[in-house]
Amino acid sequence: MKTYSLMFAGVGGQGSLLIAELTSLAAVGEGFDVKQTEVHGVSQRGGSVETHVRFGDKVHSPVVTPGEADAVIALEKLEALRFAHYVDAKDGTILVNDYELIPGSVANAEKIYPHETIDFLKSKGLRVSALPASKIARELGDGRMANVVLLGALSTLLPISQETWEKTLHFRIPARYLEGNLRAFASGKKVIMENV
Amino acid sequence: MREFLLGNEAIARGAWEAGVKFVSGYPGTPSTEIIETLATRFPETSPRWSANEKVAFEEGMGAAIGGLRVLVTMKHVGLNVAADAFMVFPYAGTNGGFVVISADDPGMHSSQNEQDNRYLARVAKVPVLEPSDAQECHDFVIAAMELSEQFKSPVMLRTTTRLAHHKGLVEIGERKEVEKREFIADAKRFSVPIYRLVRRPEVEKTLTALTAYAETCPFNRVEDSKNKIGVVTSGISYQYVKEIMPDVGILRLGMTFPLPAKMLREFCSRYETVYVIEEGEPFIEEYIRSLGIANVKGKELFGVIGEYSPGRLRKALELGDPSKPFTEGVNLIQRPPMLCVGCGHRTVFAALKQLKVTVSGDIGCYTLGALPPYEAEHTTFCMGASIGVAVGFERAGYDNAVAIIGDSTFIHAGIPPLIDAVYNKSHLTLVILDNSATGMTGSQPHPATGKDALGQPSPKLDLVAMCHASGVEKVEVVDTWQRKEIVNVLRRAIAHRGPAVVIARGSCQQLPEVKKWKIIPFMVDEVLCTQCDACFKVWCPAITRTEQNYPIIAANDCTACTVCAQVCPKDAIRLMEEVDA
Repeated sequence: MKTYSLMFAGVGGQGSLLIAELTSLAAVGEGFDVKQTEVHGVSQRGGSVETHVRFGDKVHSPVVTPGEADAVIALEKLEALRFAHYVDAKDGTILVNDYELIPGSVANAEKIYPHETIDFLKSKGLRVSALPASKIARELGDGRMANVVLLGALSTLLPISQETWEKTLHFRIPARYLEGNLRAFASGKKVIMENV
Repeated sequence: MREFLLGNEAIARGAWEAGVKFVSGYPGTPSTEIIETLATRFPETSPRWSANEKVAFEEGMGAAIGGLRVLVTMKHVGLNVAADAFMVFPYAGTNGGFVVISADDPGMHSSQNEQDNRYLARVAKVPVLEPSDAQECHDFVIAAMELSEQFKSPVMLRTTTRLAHHKGLVEIGERKEVEKREFIADAKRFSVPIYRLVRRPEVEKTLTALTAYAETCPFNRVEDSKNKIGVVTSGISYQYVKEIMPDVGILRLGMTFPLPAKMLREFCSRYETVYVIEEGEPFIEEYIRSLGIANVKGKELFGVIGEYSPGRLRKALELGDPSKPFTEGVNLIQRPPMLCVGCGHRTVFAALKQLKVTVSGDIGCYTLGALPPYEAEHTTFCMGASIGVAVGFERAGYDNAVAIIGDSTFIHAGIPPLIDAVYNKSHLTLVILDNSATGMTGSQPHPATGKDALGQPSPKLDLVAMCHASGVEKVEVVDTWQRKEIVNVLRRAIAHRGPAVVIARGSCQQLPEVKKWKIIPFMVDEVLCTQCDACFKVWCPAITRTEQNYPIIAANDCTACTVCAQVCPKDAIRLMEEVDA
């Protein structure tokens, strides 16, 4: 079986690391060999966060090579643009939350923010699935679940069963947040299926 | 049983299984999670945060000579601090197993330099093991303990950032209790300076025995191939080689000091071209070349700077680059690192900027004070350097030099230079940013927090008394969130003839107990706000703009530090309750 390469991108505090870890654990649960790596260090709240996940029969490198990712999962538009070159331009998908977080520390950031990112990436011939994950999550009662909405969408692209995903969410998400997150997961999955 | 573990968690697990009974270290990326994991999951290994790496190493030496299995952890530059002990320990040799983790940081994700500590090990004549994945992080710690006891030598386990900070599946085992070895007093062995001439040949004997062992070490593994190309590799680079060149012959060195000359000669003779692929400096490559082996290629293709990756190696080997950068010309605005919401360092840097003083900084989150908007930190080098540098600045004619240092860094390496500043009659002004945490590495406790690594109460170092005892008469403590007061206190300290210390006190906002504080967030009263933008100059990540250009404070993020409310000239930033009422 082929090795799957995934790149999770977001802004510190959005929970991209959590959905990367959920994906890794689900892949472990499905019986795959899995490796994951992220950049620690000075990136605190508000910085770019990138997490690489690879799974398959036997995985060597934890690091994803630009141009080879089966999916880039971006919780924010600017971060989708920053990491888009990781996607396999022929067969890969960019899953992006249609949501903007303007860098607070950059002068005139609103003006120079790439608001047209989604159209720009599509114009380059890339497969881009944009979904309003933050909006969906807010409607479900908590905007912070945007990450799990996106995870639900991602689940449709991966050889991992619904049962394993649910088991993983049960294992990893604290009980009081579980129901909301299961709904967020289901919503993301539904939205992407309807769009396709 | 298999667990999905971080490299550092796997090291912790391995140490526990190996029967380790003493662990010491100082927080430093990428090594910190080892002791954190031991403290939360394996307290029977007796993990502790020490005041600095030298102390950690010496405590470990004592425990190992006393007969326990010992793990000591630090980042690469930490070993510089511990080098005095590290260099002399092999002269005595150990009793119980002694393993020091050197976590190197190629790419300098969170470090001031790149430094390949295999060279330090060679100077010390200490063997080095380099794992290639999380499973080996686990296995090699156990093997290193046995190796250490077999050769009575300390052993270095060298990791790098990608190894320490990647997760993989690890087959784990159970803890094996190891009997304590008796310490037999022997001045000829353990009093090295007096008996150094007796001990010196012993170091060479051990090294010779280790060199012979390297030829049969099971971690030096050949994967032969009919291909004309061979690769000698170590560490995480092995994984990248397997990824991009699955068909080549490979000599994977799990032990990179001493190196196996015979094995290298034989391997290199079987291939037309041999690539040496190792992250960092050409440590293995230089040795191979020193053997007169000519069919090798290495750093001239792959470089010495930064981390390796499959993509980088593929480019260097001209194996084709699958990436097609298409964002050329696109303005990819960065998200520069910022001080956290509510961080107490913000007001101190604003004050230093206002006072236009020359500032020597130190190692911690507050290196961000060198960047806009503050640009109020003019030098940063290494742990504790702020104070000595400020003393030097003063001699160079900068009378208003100010040193700035965090509480943990002050305890780590700031006390001797403070004593020196007093002794040599400096007019030093020192600011201690006292946030009750080793903040940058994840808010670990230290001797002035009143808590130990296990979270148990511990005697609390009194920083004010410490400064007084060093001979500083003028010591002032100020609430770090009182921006006007900080300026006043700093003015007085700088004007004071003689050394002065200002302790800017306020907890790190990342501390778990601080995160639990119940606070009432601040909000902007748009009726009063005149959009003067004064609050934006606080540079708080929680403050953004509404579509109508008013500032808005993210209620979930606000820590109620009050600083933006203090700067608002219209008193338009108020507690949420007041605005709602």
